[in-house]
Amino acid sequence: MQADRFRSRGLAAGIGAAALLALTWLPPLQAADAPDRAPAVVANQALEAEVQELSHKLRCLVCQNQSIAESNAPLAVDLRDQVREQLAAGRSKEDVVDYLVARYGDFVLYEPPLKATTLLLWGGPAALLIGGAGWLGFRLRRRSVEAVSATHLSAAERERARSLLAGGDTAAAERPSSSQESRS
Amino acid sequence: MKARFLVPLALFFALAGFLAFGLTLNPREVPSPLIDKPAPAFRLARLDAPETTFALEEMRGQVWLLNVWASWCVACRQEHPVLVRMAQQKLVPIVGLNYKEVRGDGAIDARKMAPEKENALAIERARRWLGDHGDPYALSVLDVDGRVGIDFGVYGVPETFLIDSAGRIRYKHIGPITPEGFRDVILPRIEEVLRAG
Amino acid sequence: MIPELGHFALVLALMLALVQAIVPMVGASRNRLALMAVGRPAAQGQFFFVAFAFACLTWAFVTSDFSVQYVAMHSNTATPMYYRITGVWGSHEGSLLLWALVLALWTVAVTVFSRHLPEAFLARVLGVLGWVSVGFLAFMLVTSNPFERLLPGAAEGRDLNPLLQDPGMIIHPPLLYMGYVGFSVAFSFAIAALLSGRMDAAWARWSRPWTTVAWVFLTAGIAVGSGWAYYELGWGGWWFWDPVENASFMPWLLGTALIHSLAVTEKRGAFRSWTVLLAIGAFSLSLLGTFLVRSGVITSVHAFATDPQRGLFILALLVIVIGGSLLLYAWRAPKLAGGGSFSFVSRETALLGNNVLLAVASASVLLGTLYPLFLDALDLGKLSVGPPYFEAVFVPLMTPVVVLMAFAPFLRWKNDTLGPVVRRVAPAFVASLVIGVGTAFAIDHVSVRTVLGLSLAAWVVLASLQLLGTRLRERAGVSLAGRLRGIPSAWWGMWLAHFGIGIFIIGVTLVGSLNQNIDVKMKNGQHADLAGYNFVFRGVRDVAGPNYDAARATIEVSRGGIAIATLQPEKRLYRAQGMPMTEAALDIGPFRDVYVSLGEQVEDDSWLVSLYYKPFISWIWLGCTLMALGGIFAASDRRYRRLAERAAPSAAAQQVA
Repeated sequence: MQADRFRSRGLAAGIGAAALLALTWLPPLQAADAPDRAPAVVANQALEAEVQELSHKLRCLVCQNQSIAESNAPLAVDLRDQVREQLAAGRSKEDVVDYLVARYGDFVLYEPPLKATTLLLWGGPAALLIGGAGWLGFRLRRRSVEAVSATHLSAAERERARSLLAGGDTAAAERPSSSQESRS
Repeated sequence: MKARFLVPLALFFALAGFLAFGLTLNPREVPSPLIDKPAPAFRLARLDAPETTFALEEMRGQVWLLNVWASWCVACRQEHPVLVRMAQQKLVPIVGLNYKEVRGDGAIDARKMAPEKENALAIERARRWLGDHGDPYALSVLDVDGRVGIDFGVYGVPETFLIDSAGRIRYKHIGPITPEGFRDVILPRIEEVLRAG
Repeated sequence: MIPELGHFALVLALMLALVQAIVPMVGASRNRLALMAVGRPAAQGQFFFVAFAFACLTWAFVTSDFSVQYVAMHSNTATPMYYRITGVWGSHEGSLLLWALVLALWTVAVTVFSRHLPEAFLARVLGVLGWVSVGFLAFMLVTSNPFERLLPGAAEGRDLNPLLQDPGMIIHPPLLYMGYVGFSVAFSFAIAALLSGRMDAAWARWSRPWTTVAWVFLTAGIAVGSGWAYYELGWGGWWFWDPVENASFMPWLLGTALIHSLAVTEKRGAFRSWTVLLAIGAFSLSLLGTFLVRSGVITSVHAFATDPQRGLFILALLVIVIGGSLLLYAWRAPKLAGGGSFSFVSRETALLGNNVLLAVASASVLLGTLYPLFLDALDLGKLSVGPPYFEAVFVPLMTPVVVLMAFAPFLRWKNDTLGPVVRRVAPAFVASLVIGVGTAFAIDHVSVRTVLGLSLAAWVVLASLQLLGTRLRERAGVSLAGRLRGIPSAWWGMWLAHFGIGIFIIGVTLVGSLNQNIDVKMKNGQHADLAGYNFVFRGVRDVAGPNYDAARATIEVSRGGIAIATLQPEKRLYRAQGMPMTEAALDIGPFRDVYVSLGEQVEDDSWLVSLYYKPFISWIWLGCTLMALGGIFAASDRRYRRLAERAAPSAAAQQVA
């Protein structure tokens, strides 16, 4: 299996080299003696992989919150059979999804379609990220301005700093500048 | 107090409002996308005469109810008296869709059963149940494998569809019909559809 | 009699919680030491009574007292003793009692370990914790009394939900609650700080170990829960983005942000209002999670049986606690600006950037979890938001977090220049891209997900190793052992937790890319092959468990003719509830798990068997373990113990407001 496909690519020495070997080096498979071999439940494994992949994205309606791939509720089994049957008949994944949505609505899709009512859902994280980055940039720019101006102390501030260094009022040290408070 | 420090509070109150509203909702009830769409066509064996079939088109021109039921369905027994009384009023015909009579019953392992045997058992069970509890249906059809159920988007039994004379689904009731539900929800809708012709 | 005593103890605990909530607060505002001093004994007394009530409920379970409704619903005479004891928190009422017990435990911990705190500050902290406790005890007594009698008593109990009859479920809820509820300490420190106007580096330093310990518990709790799902749900998934999982994950994300923000506030005095907001947010999300699980507004596999009255009560609690603290925040936080200055290129900026990303990730999970509710409430239709959405949103948000995470420790506090730092880490960065792409080709699974995951993991590991190397070179002339000892344990904590994330990503990526499975129909003596492993079916026999009957298969696993394991997956039928359960069997290895689960019997002696090969999956939990270990190291740093002496004089500092 993977062992046959191993291709040496001159990997950079690094993490997981040993792990990788353990993973990819496999002894040759035993010769399969036909009568003792357990039959796969589904003959077409490639198709089954597709059925599984799609089923994981479809919600079982009668379950609490499970995909039709995970659930063994009767309706989930029926719908899984429908998916398998239709994919086997050569219909595309989109066709199968459309078939189910026409009957059960968007509720069956774990991946909500992009439309007017889901704009906020799909755009929300990006909007939050842009908002967050904007806020961050704004705050940092102002802060760096403060940082620069902080190096130029006024005479009064210098005076206070001197008194602080001399062990003056610690309370004043906690709030170095009241002007900063008002600026935020 | 500055406005931007109130933003978290405002967001939280909006969230709390939604959560409060959410307490009044039932997250398990999924509305049907088939409302105001043509009812899916089907042709199924009749329970009273299994050698003959019944098709959706035969109801064209009539306002009628399609009620999904099964003898293993506990909630169906609960709504059944309401259906029987409705049938006596002869308001609109009720067609029964007997849904997965055998294989839907968790107590029976139908996978090891031959199709003819499953059909025969379904007919026997469904007839006995209607004999015991009364038969409000103009007729019932047998959806042994639940395929027509999937076409109608059935996800639990009982469900009831109101279909108009043009063959369009006008309303779907999920779960058992209570006497109050019939009086306050179903009946007004039937009358509305009847008035519209 | 015992249940009534338990009920009575809860009432007494509520009384003491009220005392703890009111008296020290009044004392703090009037500066009366005698009143402030009430907080400590009140908290300890409250803990005693809640623990007593908990013991009473446990006793009812142990003795199978089915005249107590909660016991009758969740236990059975045939239930093994350890599941009777864990059945105490197996459902709504009892888990609420566990919640209250854990809160009382944290409160007592505060009274014991925070002797050095200024009296007024401690009084306010205990007061805030007292109010939270009042809310939860009242919730329990009004809507969810676990000691409710069933008259006449049941002859036999209905048994604990079989899904919960598992060792993972014994420790998962206590760990999770220790985490969830532990954030209440950081929360009450923040509220006390807002009330007193005392928001300085000392406050951050006091909060840090508490926050970190709570975070360790939450990390462990989530990891155990995910491990439980992995082997108990029968098909080897480990994370489902279920609302209840999200409910524990959101506080984790925000708690992670809080830990880092506290670091900046302590070291540099910056981000103070942001840190306070995070402390409020992390605990608020814990409370929100409690609401989601118990109110029925969302459907989840793990939700408790719900009723609207309970939902309304917790919502009211939420509005009071969260609304009240955010109002206080809006009032007091504007006075908190300022702090140490830093330039654009500095560790502060990197940490703040990660903070924003983590907060956005947390908000996105919240958005996805609640979006169906929003739409439904606005009557815009019903939809589902599931794993495909969360993966699509989460991976792009976390990628920069991970990149930045490994980079930030190279930056100096306050001010640094980008060029030299970038040049230092550039080789590691390029190497990780090469490793990512190369490994993806080597395992013949070239996809964006695999390349990205492997590159990120390599980046974290390489950068961490480089960071360690740099740190060790710092003190030339000292022996290696001496240099290792010279590194503070807080630094090791950071390093381990970050390294753990790299390990975690390797696990997630490889199991996602390389996992294989096949469903076969097996008869005695037949064999099947998967990923180089040979599975021989040795038949099924009936086994009677204490409260279930099982069909137990025996499957011999070998590779290259060498026997590896004998696995015995079961299909159980729990007698009391008639509920079938799949009990998978695993051979856990460092580089792969072999996972077998038994399905239905199809023909006379043929069984459906699902075989799974899951490479590197244990690295997921190894990574979580390293993260938690990192937290323990960080919290055990010496300077938190030293601060006891140092904090005392500065405690008198001042109280603004």
